[in-house]
Amino acid sequence: MTMKTLATAALAGLLASGPALAELVIPDLSYRTGPYGANGTPFSDGYQDYFALLNARDGGIGGETIRINECETAYNTEKGVECYEATKGDAPLVYQPLSTGITYQLIPKVAADQIPMHTLGYGRTSAAAGETFPWVFNYPATYWDAASVAVNYLLSENGDDLSGKTIALIYHNSAYGKEPIRTLEELSEKHGFTLTQLPVDPPGQEQKSQWLQIRRDRPDYVIMWGWGVQNQVAIQEAANVGYPMDQFIGNWWAGAEPDVMAAGMAADGYKSLNMNRIQNYPVLDEIRAQVIDAGNGAGDGSNVGTVLYIRGMYTAMLAAEAIAKAQELAGSPQITAAQMRDGMEALEITNARMAELGMEGIGPEFTVSCENHSGSGEGLVQQWNAAEQVWVPLTDFIAPDKSVIDPLIAEDAAAYAAENGITPGCL
Amino acid sequence: MLYREAGDFKTTYAADSQTFPIRSDRWRYFAVLAIAWGVIPFVIDDYWANAILVPFLIYSIAAIGLNILTGYCGQVSLGTGGFMAVGAYSVYKLMTMFPEVSIVVHVILAGGITALVGTAFGLPSLRIKGFYLAVATLAAQFFLVWLFNKVGWFYNYSASGQISAPERFVAGVAVTGANTAPWAQYLICLAFVTVCAIVARNLTRGSVGRKWMAIRDMDIAAEIIGVNPLTAKLSAFAVSSFFIGISGALFFAVYLGAVEVGEAFGIQKSFLVLFMCIIGGLGSIFGSFAGAAFLVLLPVALKVLGVDLLGWPSSTVAHLQLVAVGALIMFFLIKEPHGLAQLWRVTKEKLRLWPFPY
Repeated sequence: MTMKTLATAALAGLLASGPALAELVIPDLSYRTGPYGANGTPFSDGYQDYFALLNARDGGIGGETIRINECETAYNTEKGVECYEATKGDAPLVYQPLSTGITYQLIPKVAADQIPMHTLGYGRTSAAAGETFPWVFNYPATYWDAASVAVNYLLSENGDDLSGKTIALIYHNSAYGKEPIRTLEELSEKHGFTLTQLPVDPPGQEQKSQWLQIRRDRPDYVIMWGWGVQNQVAIQEAANVGYPMDQFIGNWWAGAEPDVMAAGMAADGYKSLNMNRIQNYPVLDEIRAQVIDAGNGAGDGSNVGTVLYIRGMYTAMLAAEAIAKAQELAGSPQITAAQMRDGMEALEITNARMAELGMEGIGPEFTVSCENHSGSGEGLVQQWNAAEQVWVPLTDFIAPDKSVIDPLIAEDAAAYAAENGITPGCL
Repeated sequence: MLYREAGDFKTTYAADSQTFPIRSDRWRYFAVLAIAWGVIPFVIDDYWANAILVPFLIYSIAAIGLNILTGYCGQVSLGTGGFMAVGAYSVYKLMTMFPEVSIVVHVILAGGITALVGTAFGLPSLRIKGFYLAVATLAAQFFLVWLFNKVGWFYNYSASGQISAPERFVAGVAVTGANTAPWAQYLICLAFVTVCAIVARNLTRGSVGRKWMAIRDMDIAAEIIGVNPLTAKLSAFAVSSFFIGISGALFFAVYLGAVEVGEAFGIQKSFLVLFMCIIGGLGSIFGSFAGAAFLVLLPVALKVLGVDLLGWPSSTVAHLQLVAVGALIMFFLIKEPHGLAQLWRVTKEKLRLWPFPY
């Protein structure tokens, strides 16, 4: 026991050193290890490199430099909570955990600590109801939007008629993978297709039986809600059972280079959703010149321009724009987490602004308001060209069916508010 | 003088059979209790509660539970994660079904439910032993996780399949939910740990514990001298599962607040608690605490050292941690199979002989 007390005393001394400089602190709950590391690494690189670019090129945002506080979560909720507790004393502006599991964990905590959280296209869909979830933002789109965009794409492929078709959903058996089921069930009723559900236990190295079932049932389409090693295995298994790749559609977390590379040419034609258009943006050259070549990159620079890198950079851009908005609203370059929240709620992303930032057309135009924290919900469909190793955008941004999603969000948010004794309202 | 029997005269039978017969041991024990109850609640903050002390206390209960089964009764179990899940889901169902009943009652009842489930899964231990029993408990682990994922009733049909703890109060102070003060979280766990440790210590010192140890050391010989293997093994499973259920309930309700069964109570959790027992010391209550402290503190200490002080990339430190834990487990299995508790025992023996060792 005495040894333990000594060790804890030593630790207390180590932890006591605090920040003194005036700067904008952004924690990055990243994961570069474990079965999800291949996907977590490029995202985190993009997220950090964009802030590094702002520091190098513009001296930060509004004259304040940005400091990144990285913490490794390994996509594990317990470690995520520990990272949150370890970084929240540093006056962070916004959390961005890149994990639906950690998001669920943090939703009540950020509300209690009054720190905003941005869950870009992941997390709890009903957080779109900003009056119930004032501290959580999931713009530009949610999982229910993703499910609806996928179905709308299939509708357009089939002359607006899906009746009698079967769609299989193969999903990560966790809060993340279960998220779209509610919407897909509703949509299957509306459009008359049959939905089969095939859960894959995380991390998903083992999915032979699910793919045997797909081989037997031959569904018209397979939609995948996967992440990490599950995606690679699924695409390989689909190739093994001879399932046509162009009828296999991943969501926007199941459509990046690490997912398709492992299957080689067999992955050619695999489709996925994306909330970003993948092309060579001028801002990427700036990052290469001013961050990577200067030796300040978060990674070795090999990920620059990949799907998840661009998404990480896009997330950072949205955060930076919200900080600029918050500084404008607060009238000072130093802002608090509460002011950051106001900035996020007043965020407006236009095509003109994205072009100005050197990333024209990277995402949809959207505005955030107190009632709607989820933005426009639009997504596009892209396809993998294995010969040239590029993702080719097949469509423009497709709008989701808000008439189905909005009532579901209202219902789920009301249930959450009732369960937790929250009176919905704008802050 | 440090650590001497000399001068510590026992005048009653009660004094002679007390838990800590040596005076400085007793003093140390009371000092630890005094600091834990009287000092830490006043200085604790969110980070210390959530990252270090609360998980340490909760894992200690789980490690005590597994130590009773594996360390004292010799029955290897890989079902700890599954049994913790039973505790968590029981307390969730009880909390949502009977919101007017105190959370303390619910946690104890959750332990009771887990004891029943544990006993049921302990039945194969009457026929199979060693590795084969480990495989049977592994089946419990996978079956229970599958069950809580599959049957909507257990998670009240929530869309995400997660369970989240509503706010509950003890004496007017919130102990679950996001608005819980760190000291309240800490104190409720400490109360359970204190009671569980005292109960476990006394059980293992009494006739029940001696029966368990007889079964562990040689079950045929134990049967010949009159130990009933049926009651001994099943009572070990029941008591062990009771503690593990309490730890699972606290883990969900007080520590995490929301869990997903596959992730929070997967097979890794079973191994983690088993490693705590191995590194801490099989067959020792102190070892359970030492093992839990070691495995909770090691990642935090490595992170503080590597990331905050040396400025290494966080991924390198995370990889290094995997290497370090693996190496330490091998080291302990080869060099000191009885774990940290044995190191402590050896130190005490040396202290008693000092300064005239022979």
